[in-house]
Amino acid sequence: MKDRSLVRAFSLIAHVDHGKSTLADRILQVCKAVPEREMREQYLDRMDLERERGITIKAQAIRLQYPAKDGKTYELNLIDTPGHVDFSYEVSRSLAACDGVILLVDAAQGIEAQTLANLYLAIEAGLEVIPAVNKIDLPAADPERVSAELSSLIGIDPGSVLRVSGKTGAGVVELLEEVIRRVPSPKGAPEDPTRALIFDSTYDNYRGVVSFVRVLDGELTARQKVKMMATGSLHELEEVGVFAPTMMPVKKLEAGDVGYAIPGVKNVREAKVGDTITDAARPADEPLHGYREPKPMVWAGLYPTDGDQYADLRDALDKLRLNDAAFVYEPETSQALGFGFRCGFLGLLHMDIVRERLEREFDLDLLITVPSVAYEVVRVTGEVISVHNPAEMPDPAAIQEIREPLAAAMIITPKEFLGTLMELCQERRGEMKEMHYLSEDRVEIRYHLPLAEMIVDFFDQLKSRTRGYGSLDYEAIGYRPEDLVKVEILLHGEPVDAFSSIVHKERAYTYGRKMVEKLRELVPRQMFDVAVQASIGSRIIARETIRARRKDVLAKCYGGDITRKRKLLEKQKAGKRRMKQVGSVEIPQEAFMAALRLDDKK
Amino acid sequence: MTNTLLLPTAPALRLARGVYVHIPFCLVHCPYCDFNAHAGMDDVKGPYVEALLKEIRAAADGAPVDTMFFGGGTPTELSPGELGRILRVLRESFEVAPDAEVAIEANPESTTRATFDGLLAAGFTRVSLGVQSLAPHVLKWLGRAHTPERARAALADAEAAGFDHVNADLIFGTPGESLEDWRASLEGVLATGVDHVSTYALQVEERTPLASWVARGLRQAPDDDDQADRYELAAGLLPAAGLERYEISNWAKPGAWSRHNLCYWTGGDYLGFGAGAHGHRHGRRSWNVSSPRTYVARSPAVEEGWEELPAAERAAEAAIVGLRLAGGLDRARFAEVWGMDPVVRWEGELREAAGLGLIRITEQAVALTERGFFLWGHVARSLLS
Ligand SMILES: Nc1nc2c(ncn2[C@@H]2O[C@H](COP(=O)(O)OP(=O)(O)OP(=O)(O)O)[C@@H](O)[C@H]2O)c(=O)[nH]1
Ligand SMILES: [Mg+2]
Repeated sequence: MKDRSLVRAFSLIAHVDHGKSTLADRILQVCKAVPEREMREQYLDRMDLERERGITIKAQAIRLQYPAKDGKTYELNLIDTPGHVDFSYEVSRSLAACDGVILLVDAAQGIEAQTLANLYLAIEAGLEVIPAVNKIDLPAADPERVSAELSSLIGIDPGSVLRVSGKTGAGVVELLEEVIRRVPSPKGAPEDPTRALIFDSTYDNYRGVVSFVRVLDGELTARQKVKMMATGSLHELEEVGVFAPTMMPVKKLEAGDVGYAIPGVKNVREAKVGDTITDAARPADEPLHGYREPKPMVWAGLYPTDGDQYADLRDALDKLRLNDAAFVYEPETSQALGFGFRCGFLGLLHMDIVRERLEREFDLDLLITVPSVAYEVVRVTGEVISVHNPAEMPDPAAIQEIREPLAAAMIITPKEFLGTLMELCQERRGEMKEMHYLSEDRVEIRYHLPLAEMIVDFFDQLKSRTRGYGSLDYEAIGYRPEDLVKVEILLHGEPVDAFSSIVHKERAYTYGRKMVEKLRELVPRQMFDVAVQASIGSRIIARETIRARRKDVLAKCYGGDITRKRKLLEKQKAGKRRMKQVGSVEIPQEAFMAALRLDDKK
Repeated sequence: MTNTLLLPTAPALRLARGVYVHIPFCLVHCPYCDFNAHAGMDDVKGPYVEALLKEIRAAADGAPVDTMFFGGGTPTELSPGELGRILRVLRESFEVAPDAEVAIEANPESTTRATFDGLLAAGFTRVSLGVQSLAPHVLKWLGRAHTPERARAALADAEAAGFDHVNADLIFGTPGESLEDWRASLEGVLATGVDHVSTYALQVEERTPLASWVARGLRQAPDDDDQADRYELAAGLLPAAGLERYEISNWAKPGAWSRHNLCYWTGGDYLGFGAGAHGHRHGRRSWNVSSPRTYVARSPAVEEGWEELPAAERAAEAAIVGLRLAGGLDRARFAEVWGMDPVVRWEGELREAAGLGLIRITEQAVALTERGFFLWGHVARSLLS
């Protein structure tokens, strides 16, 4: 059995882009974990999407051997986490597999919203926090100011805040020494019945589910018969191993270890993230404290553009969910779009990434509806239902009250932008709750805002109004009754369910007008006049007419080249087959997509 | 009201046989044109004619031919002498009817009175002039090499030469062309005494310079509604001058129909000679290599491809093409040739089109309505399987 006093498990946490993955590169180098020629920037960002977008989407665990100054070699289990607000769920899961964190702050940017949010998560998890100012090599770096901000935040001596550069490597060794000194070695009991927390998972086409685990008590070995405590299902482990940095099988994972286990299951639901693995013959009494199920913030319908791909989409969702426990889905049908799924996401970036991963990794072509939030509807009967698809909103006459989800937002901004941000929050029906200065010129403000107002382009607005200096964190905090209505869009008298939306009464007209005009532009002319209308219940609030088509002819049809004319017609016909049929109106896929797109920047 | 019963209908009962000869040369290549036409190939002309004659001789079967059509490009880029030589070889190779229609396309910029006299002497009975417009700014937009004056003069010369029939080709709906410009073009060509007019809506064809200009925003694309307005104007004006519409884009005095083009629309056979020329024989459609140089180089093995459609598809094709005729499909004859009354065969499709007011179904025929002419594509697609 190994000496657990030589083991440390910690995460890198920070606001987005403050340099976690780059610092991880330097740590990998200090520990000589990757041959120099294989080294590349943000080595742990493995997914194509991560590399293209330059952000971390998924937390990555890795085991390292660190030769410390005291002459001993320590085993470091490091987890690099994502910084974007949509992925804070990844952070909280990573923290459950750690005993401490390094909190990085960009020396030029200072404390930002996710710095605070992630710090609170670490404190809540009872972890040792090692603050460090990063990117000190930047010309605009102001480590003095940032250290002062950190010291007043955490209540420590500003002089004790470490200064590092993930780019030059300055201070990295000192930082690791601090980790050895301050992060406690794993607790847990090697002799007790096995308890290992599944903190993440992926799906491998050949091996099935790969569970990322932290062993708290006992041990995990290959061939061990295990039981999933939440589901009660029994499995024999095919393999256990560590990430060093790629998957490397080992004989066993001991208490305190972070690694992976392959339970040999194809069904996602049998190895849930958050579940505890125990020994089948000598089970533990109590499962580990798991995670709160993540609460989706944003809902949208996901449909295959080709109806034949419905089953493929279902399989893809099942598999992707293994990789991303945070999104949820259930089947739904739309008369305009056919069979699909209503999916819940943590935010728009998350939605965008799920869609892109599904398209890339599973070769699907997808259509996504306008995102909305989940409403609570009280029927006149007193029954309360949750509505996360506007099309399912009951008839106004059957509704006693509609409640919309509320978000608590925390915004950090240089004070010169305070005015314009308060205006923005005002426009979005926000209510100021708190304001205080983090330092002389940086302010933290807290608002309660309808979640629906935040998911659209709030973040973009905030960024542009603060020239990129503002940052935002938010969480859902419950529901409040509001004056909301469902606006329906009708084409030739038929409601198009995918275009229904729930909006505040005062915005209904503007919304209806905008949609109707957009559709008039996008829907091609048909053989007859088509009315495009927006309505609330039976009341029409906006109307446009798409005039009947007057020309649909191939001018020349001679020279004897009839083959080519026929092929042209066939091509046009194939194009028509791909159209969505709404009642008697045909809409090309692209027009449908464009109408569903949120931004109406022309 | 037109008496449609007097207009040609499809399919034809006795199938005529035509000959198409492609002359791919042009003085300049017009930016909107996607025909197989090439400027600056003077060096190929000589060898091309030789290869053409070789192809004709190889196909000589002595069987009857009712119509011959020289299209392009600009056939008059060859001299009347060379054209006459080709005609002679055709007459040697086939049994050309004494009353055969022998037609040729010509452009105002490459013709003089002498050209027309020469063509008539060579045996051409019909000439079709690419006038396109009589508005100078429209001709300029289209990149045409002639002026309105030259176009008028060419039409007058052709009339004076004494052909049986003279046609003027016109293009409408060019951006910048006003309704009045269009009216003036129509009236202008009618004034010269032509007995046939073809009117084509300007179309942005793929892979033309125009298409790339439009894509880059350098040129405006034509507007559908404008074109529909122009078409309506023609549909009022031309019949008033005695030129009845007998096909979507073609108007003629009684009997002045293009018999060669009717052969295409009514399902006739035709032999195609020259680069990119298409032929049709008993349901087999074939086409030659399109590049003139390749055509010369490969001579006499110039066929590039062919297709033979299953009967069901041929029937649909016959209906689609036949519906372009103002007289439409003769139901009884269609049943005779294709084994089923079109109204039975495409019951749902045709009823739908009739419901939309695009076609009229009578005991005898199925034909486009006034509204249907310019929406033919909708009906045509519905008949494709
Ligand atoms: N000058 C300088 N730039 C740095 C340093 N560390 C990171 N960067 C740059 O900052 C950007 C973000 O770095 P990442 O390491 O991807 O940041 P991250 O915190 O992992 O970002 P997320 O995972 O998306 O939250 C990149 O362009 C890096 O090159 C540093 O120490 N100095
Ligand atoms: Mg990162």
